[in-house]
Formats: sequence, structure tokens, C-alpha cells
Amino acid sequence: MRSRVTSERLTRRARAPRRSMFLRMLVRAALLRRGRAAAALAAMVVAAAAATAMLNLFVDVQAKLHTEFRNYGANVVVMAKEGKSLPGDALRKIESALGDRGMAVPFAYVVARTTDGQSVVVSGTDLEQVRKLNRWWSVSAWPSGAQDALVGVRAAALVAPQGQDFDLSFQGRTVRLHPAGTVRTGSSEDSRIYLSLQQFEDWTGAQPSTVEIAASGSAEEVGGTIKNLALQLPEGEVRPVRQIMEGEARVLGKTRATLLVCAVLIILTAAMCVLSTLIGWVFDRRRDFAIMKALGASERLIGGFFVTEAAALGAAGAIFGFGIGAGIAVWIGRVNFHAPVAPRFAVLPEVLAGSIAIALISALLPVFLLRRVQPATILRGE
Amino acid sequence: MFLRLVYESFRRQKRRKLLAGIAITLGVGVATAMIAVATDIGDKVSRELRSLGANLIVTPQEDTLDLQIAGVDLKPPSDGAYLNESDLPKIRGMFWHNNIVGFAPVLPVGVTLGGTRNVSLVGTYFSKQLVFGKEQFQTGVRAIYPWWKVSGMWPEDDSQDVLVGEKLAAALGRKPGDEIELAGHPHRVAGVLSTGGVEDDQIVAPLAVAQGVLGRSGVVRRLYVSALTKPEDAFGRRDPKTLAGAEFDRWYCSPYVQSIAYQLQEVIPHSHAEQIRQVAQNEGTVLSRIKGLMLLITLAALMAAALAVSAAMATAIFERTGEVGLMKALGASSVSVAAVFFAEALLLAVLGGSVGFAGGAMLARVIGRSIFDSQITIDLVLFPILLAIAVLVTFAGSALAIRRAMKFDPVLALRGEA
Repeated sequence: MRSRVTSERLTRRARAPRRSMFLRMLVRAALLRRGRAAAALAAMVVAAAAATAMLNLFVDVQAKLHTEFRNYGANVVVMAKEGKSLPGDALRKIESALGDRGMAVPFAYVVARTTDGQSVVVSGTDLEQVRKLNRWWSVSAWPSGAQDALVGVRAAALVAPQGQDFDLSFQGRTVRLHPAGTVRTGSSEDSRIYLSLQQFEDWTGAQPSTVEIAASGSAEEVGGTIKNLALQLPEGEVRPVRQIMEGEARVLGKTRATLLVCAVLIILTAAMCVLSTLIGWVFDRRRDFAIMKALGASERLIGGFFVTEAAALGAAGAIFGFGIGAGIAVWIGRVNFHAPVAPRFAVLPEVLAGSIAIALISALLPVFLLRRVQPATILRGE
Repeated sequence: MFLRLVYESFRRQKRRKLLAGIAITLGVGVATAMIAVATDIGDKVSRELRSLGANLIVTPQEDTLDLQIAGVDLKPPSDGAYLNESDLPKIRGMFWHNNIVGFAPVLPVGVTLGGTRNVSLVGTYFSKQLVFGKEQFQTGVRAIYPWWKVSGMWPEDDSQDVLVGEKLAAALGRKPGDEIELAGHPHRVAGVLSTGGVEDDQIVAPLAVAQGVLGRSGVVRRLYVSALTKPEDAFGRRDPKTLAGAEFDRWYCSPYVQSIAYQLQEVIPHSHAEQIRQVAQNEGTVLSRIKGLMLLITLAALMAAALAVSAAMATAIFERTGEVGLMKALGASSVSVAAVFFAEALLLAVLGGSVGFAGGAMLARVIGRSIFDSQITIDLVLFPILLAIAVLVTFAGSALAIRRAMKFDPVLALRGEA
């Protein structure tokens, strides 16, 4: 028992100088040829930065583009079953089901008559929310007062051509409205008159029959939201707006595929940069290699030396590169999407593994080629 | 002697030249492909964005108000004005006709099913063969509404067959191939239509069927147009009436959604064309985001390619300090040594650049075909520009290394102590 401990201690002591020599060689190799070592490290950093930036963007661009597509307005609609209106607590239920993953805007409709007997669609809604949901509405002025209405441009030509107040009647009840502003959209909204929901319910007594929802997130998340809403609201009919959802999926899919190809190309170029620099570096040191061999170093030791060196270079490059690459991704996000791309530490292991692998390949390739060469040949300078 | 030096250098140092050559080829190839994709992506994405449907609507000038609630038309069919179907092919003759992806007229009419149920029947073009002058072309909802799905068959435009919306079909118990009676005439149900919109509760029929139900031939209520447009800017928003001469021409000849609307009004008499803002306005932002992203990524790719090329060149020259020492010991001036290296770099850049350009062009084609199902063409003007950039980058990469190689004392360099 005692002898085993002693012998272990002895071997450790015998190995200690070898280990410190190994470390010294590593450090001195980097310090003495600072220029070349720095060039190799720089190549590594560039490659890791490019890879990090592309991976970060690739993951984040989807979310960013989904947000852009929400400018198209609602992608889910909840409608009352034919001829009915939604229950009073429907909006509250929908909002609690959505949480912060979207917004919901209720719409109520009736057909009212003007003083000269023309029919016009009047809608009650939450104007503040509509403004956020349907940003493409071109509105001259949003209503604010109690009697104010937002009038579609085509309806305005009929009911208030000079911008004067006008009367509308529904089931014998008449209101006097002031056209505070006009709305132009190029579709059926142009022929409607919009009031605040409160004003609308006081006048007609009708409840909202449609809730338009802009649900955020990917296609699967929106699908989940739709299922959830359908469960919560059995009395309504929940359906996706396929026009928007499919167009979005199509554009996003193509953009993602293009981005993937670009990422592969850029990472390939960066890897090429590392490969050529490192191969040059190791080839350049064939004299070190030969001297080590001549002094009796085993091939395993020499291999181990270059492997450790390459791995250290790869790891250092990957960590610096990750920082720079994340910075580039944040910058691109801010410039292009006006929102930063949050750095994802999940890609760090991938970048680290990739960098070390490339460094190892480019260090071992020349070592493998030089292995067969006699040290004497190299030392003679041939 | 100079030529022999360069030639022998290529012949004897195949590995180094190959490595540098590969780096240049790859760099130029990636740069070419990225530039090609980035310049074309706007065009490709704007075509994809057309899958969101029509961005222009043409209505009769003297129309009464729409009475639409949740997509259901409440307006009596006798009310309001119509457009002439015979004017539609003239769209093919307008200035920006190549930008028109497709158009589809609609004519909604009401029909009673089984004596009690009122549903709307919409007449339209599915994929109608039209003639303008000597030109034949096809257009209709199949081109502009790619999200419409039909189980069964699409009806022929000159037949009496109809499509039934999927919810209506479920309520009526109709399958493709069944018959349905509309306004006293039997019609075959060619297919069941699913759109996720109001059409699911409607019957969609060839335009002539709807005109027959209405009893007026050659009329349409509205026209939906899907056009490729340029994102609107301050100039595009200006009122054409306030523009004079050359400015008007420039406005008219830019594919703004406004100028296309203006031209639609010109070719279709008594009409009013307007952009559908939900589709038209958002297109620009999505497009500019994707274009901006590609631009920035292309810049990053160009920088990575430039770095790769200069790193490869620098390495190739660092290895040759011994050679420099020998040349200098034999009495070569610094200028002539540098000339040899630059000549080699030039040769490498031109060779690698040409191969890289060809490879990059092919890569761009493959990307275009596999992702967007359409060709990405490369402007040949890019070739000399990219070649010049490749030469510049190679020179820049070599210059530093050459300067350092020449600073060494030839004696030290020859002894291998540099």
C-alpha cells in the first residue's frame, strides 16, 4: 500500500518537468513568433465572429420578420355564429388567452340609414387599438370627442361632403355625428363609418360580432393560439386568415433558405481563411518540428504539442469571435430591424466546437505530411 | 528571365499556389454568388409577396357605397354601376403590363338555394384565356390567390360548372361531381373550395354563370389586380395633376402602385382604381427589411472573402523569405523582386477570379432555381469589377508580406534565421 503511494509520487515528480516543459514550449512558441501567432488568432477570430453573427441572425431573423408581418394586421379572426353576437365576456376571455402574445380588437356592425334613406355600414370598435392593429389605414385625424366619427372616404362623399355634421338612424333611433376625420384603405372600410364602441352600443344596443386578433409568434405558436381560443370560445368561430398566414410562411421560408445558404457560404469562406493561415503557420515551423524530433521527441508528443496549440488557438479565437460576432448581429438588428438581436449563448458551444475542429484539422494536416520526412532533411533546409 | 521566374514558381510550388488559388477562387465565387443573390432578392421577394393577393382594386367611378359586413355583400345586385368585361383585356396594353401578375373580375349576385337559403354566388375568372391584339394570355383567381385550395377540379371558364365553398358544401352535403340547382338551372359541382375566408360560405362560378343569373351580360362589379410595384416614396405619393412634363413622365414610368392605378384608370373607361393599402403599404416595409438584411450580410461576406484571400496570399509569401534572400544576394533590386511577386499575385487573381466568377454564377443559378423557382441572372458588368477587386485584395494581402520579406537581410534569410 505504502509502496504504491510512493511510486505514484515518484512518477508524478518524474512527469512534472516534462509537463512544465510542454507548457513552456506552448507559451514561448506563441510569444516568440508573435506576428504569425497573432495572424493565426486573427483568422480564427474572424471565422468565429462570422459564424456567430450568421447563426444568431439565422435564429433571430424569423422572429423579427414575424413582427414585421404583424403590420399586415389580424391573422386570426373570431366571428359569432351566423346572425348572433359574441357573448359579453368574449373579448376578456380572448385577451386572457392571448396574454402578451398579441392584441385583439372587437368590431360591431349595423346597417344604418342616412337622412335621405341611403344605407351605410356603421361599425363600433376600439379606435385606439385599431390604430395599432391596422397601421396601413390612412387617417386624416383620429376622433377624440363624444360625437366624433371616423368616416371612410367614400362614405364621407355621401354623408358629409363639406365636412358638416350628419344624422344617422338605426331602428328609429337617430344620432348626430361629427366627421372628425376620414379613413382611406382601398377596400370595404372606405364605405363605412367608425364610432367608438361605447358610443355605438349606447346608440344601437348591438354587441361586437367579430374580434380581429394579431397573434404573434411562429406558425406553430399561432396554431396553438387558435386551438386555445377555440377551446375558450365554443360559441364563436375561430379561424386563421389564410391569405396572411400563407403569404407570411412563404416569404419567411424563402428568406430563411436564402439566409441558410449565405450562412454556409460565409462560414465556408471563413474556415478557408483559417485553414490557409494555420497550415502556413505550422509548415513554417517545420524546423521546430525537426529539432524536437532530433532531440528524441516521440511522434505522439509532437502531435500532442500541435494539437494542444491548435485547440488553445481555436478556443481563444472562438471566445473572442463570439463576442465580436454577437456585436455584429446586434448592430445588424439595430440598423435593419430597429430592434437588437439578443445574443444567444446557445450557439457558443457550436461555435467553440467548430472552431476547435477547424484548428485541429489545419494543424494536423501539415504534421501528418511532415511525419514521413526525415528531420535531417528539414534541418539541412531542403 | 522575369517570365521564367514566374513560370517556374508556378510549376515547382504547386501546393502553395494551389492553396492561394483555391482561397481566391472560393472568395470570388462567394462574393459573386452573394452579390447576385443580394441584387436579385428584392425582385424575388416582391414576387413572393404577391402571394398575399391583389394590391389594386378597380371599381366603377359612379358606384354607390359598398354594404359589406365581414366580407358578405349586402348590396342589392340591381344597385350601383358596373364595369365592362370587354375592357379588361386592354390591361395587357398598358405601359406596365409586364408588372401585372394577374387580375380577376368579380360579380357577386344572390341566389336562393332550395327555396329558403340565400347565398352569394360570385362570378369570376379562374384561369381565363383572353386575347389582346394578337396576344393570348391567361389570368384569373388561380394566379392572384394562391391560397385558394380546391378539392376536386377547377371548373373550366367557359363551362357551367361551379365551386362550392367548403362550409356551404358541408351544410348542403355536396361533394365534387354532385349537381346543384342555381336560379332554376342545374350546375355540376366541379370542386369544393377552401380559402379560410368568406368564400367558404359562397359559390364561386365562371363569370358568364353569374352574368346569366343577374340577367346582364358583359358586366363585372369590381376588378382585383395583382401588380409588382416599387415601394412608394415621397415622389410616388405626389398627385399626378401637380406634376409637369418630365416629372410626370418619370412618375408615369416608375412602377409605383399609384402610377399603375393611374394607368388602370386610363385603359378602363369610367373606372376608379385604388391601392388596397393593407397589401400595398406593408409590402414596402417587408421588402426593405429583407433587402437591407441581405445587403448587410453581403457586406460581411465580401469582408470575409477579402480577409481569406489576403490571409492566404500573406501566408504564401511568408514562406518564401529564403527565395527573396537568394534573389537579393544575386543582385536583384527590391523593385524587381516585388515585381515578380506582384506578377504572380496578378496571375493568381485573374485565374482564380475567372474560375471563381464562373463558379459563383453557377451557384447563384442553383440558389435561384432551388429556392425561388426562377433564374437569378448575373450582369456580366460584374465580371471586370469583381476581377479588379480580386486583384486589389490579392495585392493588398501580398503587399505587407512582400515588404516584410524584403526587409530581411539576405544573409539571415539564406541561413534560414529570419
